[in-house]
Amino acid sequence: MAFPSQLGFQDAASPVMEELLHFHDHAMMIVFMISTLVLYFIVALVTSSLTNKYILDSQEIEIIWTVLPAIILILIALPSLRILYLMDEINDPHLTIKAMGHQWYWSYEYTDYDALEFDSYMIPTQDLTPGQFRLLEADHRMIAPVESPVRVLVSGEDVLHSWAVPSLGVKMDAVPGRLNQTAFIASRPGVFYGQCSEICGANHSFMPVVVEAVPLQDFEAWSTLMIQDA
Amino acid sequence: MSDTIDEKIKNYRTAPFDARFPNTNQTRNCYQNYLDFHRCNKALSAKDQDTAPCDWYQRVYMSLCPVSWVTKWDDQLEAGSFAGKI
Repeated sequence: MAFPSQLGFQDAASPVMEELLHFHDHAMMIVFMISTLVLYFIVALVTSSLTNKYILDSQEIEIIWTVLPAIILILIALPSLRILYLMDEINDPHLTIKAMGHQWYWSYEYTDYDALEFDSYMIPTQDLTPGQFRLLEADHRMIAPVESPVRVLVSGEDVLHSWAVPSLGVKMDAVPGRLNQTAFIASRPGVFYGQCSEICGANHSFMPVVVEAVPLQDFEAWSTLMIQDA
Repeated sequence: MSDTIDEKIKNYRTAPFDARFPNTNQTRNCYQNYLDFHRCNKALSAKDQDTAPCDWYQRVYMSLCPVSWVTKWDDQLEAGSFAGKI
């Protein structure tokens, strides 16, 4: 989850997010180097009392500062496209979960076998127990098995919402009348938080997404229990 | 033929990748399987055949379609106001 004064991404919990994180590091490094170079030029120029009035052109430097940026852009584009196609690969999901956005809560449906549905409301601040996170905790989490490809179908029941979990590298708009597909693989067990990412009314900031990745046996035990309790 | 379908239904995990709907928008995937289930039922029962093969479409649309959509369409079918051609 996010922490105060955070500057970078949350720790990656899926292979896709790891790739995105590394790509961001790569692109950011290039940006920092270019910015430092330009800042040096500016400072050097501004603090110099020398003037040169007689250079009109120079073929060599023109070639260098055309070719070098082109190469840098290619060095950014190639990893970017690699990740784009990686995210678009056909995956064979082990299970399908539907995340339906309502004003102002999410509901999750696991209907591959028996119909398991439940709502997930934010825990109000006054009901939090010590150690829980304000505006991020939910009463019922979306449980998913670790290291299994999960297909999530996102839709909205009333207005636009958006289902996002930054540490899994997932964000998908919940559009009424439309079923949007996304997928993730949780690489480690844990609890991963996200928030509704499309303005949806008064309590848009108060309908968090909580995904809990657990070992497969625990997932099966939980789903059996939930169906029995229904 | 029907035992391969039975095998597929028995080993069903979730709706497999459907090359007809390769992109993010899966709305039509859900709707098409719903239609296909009811059309399959109608066609097979008209010929007095076992409608077990149609269960594949049902498993797929149950996996993909939101429960509220299925309920709405089922109610419309019952009332005779369903817009799709079955």
